[in-house]
Amino acid sequence: MTTPMSSIALVLAGSVIGSLGAIFLKSGAHALTRHWTSIVFNWRLAVGIATYLLSSVLFVKGMTNGELSVLFPMVSVGYICTLLWSHLFFQERVTKAKLAGVGLILVGIIFLGFGNAAH
Amino acid sequence: MSSVTALPEVHVVTPENRRRAVFIVLACTLIIPAAQYLIKLGANQLAAQQHSAHTGSVSIQATILGIFTNPSIFSGYCLYAIFTVLFVYALRHGELSILYPLISLAYVWVAIIGAVAFHEAMNPLKLTGIAIIMAGVTVLGRGSAK
Repeated sequence: MTTPMSSIALVLAGSVIGSLGAIFLKSGAHALTRHWTSIVFNWRLAVGIATYLLSSVLFVKGMTNGELSVLFPMVSVGYICTLLWSHLFFQERVTKAKLAGVGLILVGIIFLGFGNAAH
Repeated sequence: MSSVTALPEVHVVTPENRRRAVFIVLACTLIIPAAQYLIKLGANQLAAQQHSAHTGSVSIQATILGIFTNPSIFSGYCLYAIFTVLFVYALRHGELSILYPLISLAYVWVAIIGAVAFHEAMNPLKLTGIAIIMAGVTVLGRGSAK
């Protein structure tokens, strides 16, 4: 196993946290107007960026051990969370196609894990 | 210039705006592998420093310090800052559920960088995993477009 489980766990945790950052950025982008104050005094954008910073620390710590080609695709676990958050916070519909996509991503991550263990 | 000036809370996603957003996100997929290369390079340097100091794995504090003081990691995140600005702009003109999956193209470039720059071994299981993830993201995107 060239990528330790601790690195995989750190990257997965960072991705879940990062997916929340995207939600804050999306809601912050909704509040933007043509006036410059709408970006400077936009707490949602600030929280989104702070959330990304936290997720980055976990990601870089994970990357100090292990392979880029295993760890980077693991970030896709964020899509699974994004589907959940966009349903909860933006009332986006969860269709069968979206569920199928998320299911495939999960299967892909499991394959990557086995591919890593096979080294 | 957009005609949406009177009602800032209302965002009409016109085909033209959606196309522009898609184009910006596609440009973003080229920024990601460059950033990942720099971040991995710097993360390896942090690990090597830690190894020579015999202090075990890289601590959270050393990681935070590294993000701001390691030129490689810092430049990688500067690229991510550019990426974020472009992505926020794209989000104004398109839907999260369409734009987010487009970024999946970056998996191909990052896998190539892993193999070429960091000599990471590829095996059928890893390649299948990456392909399935990309298929999943594509299905997700198509499901969201309806």
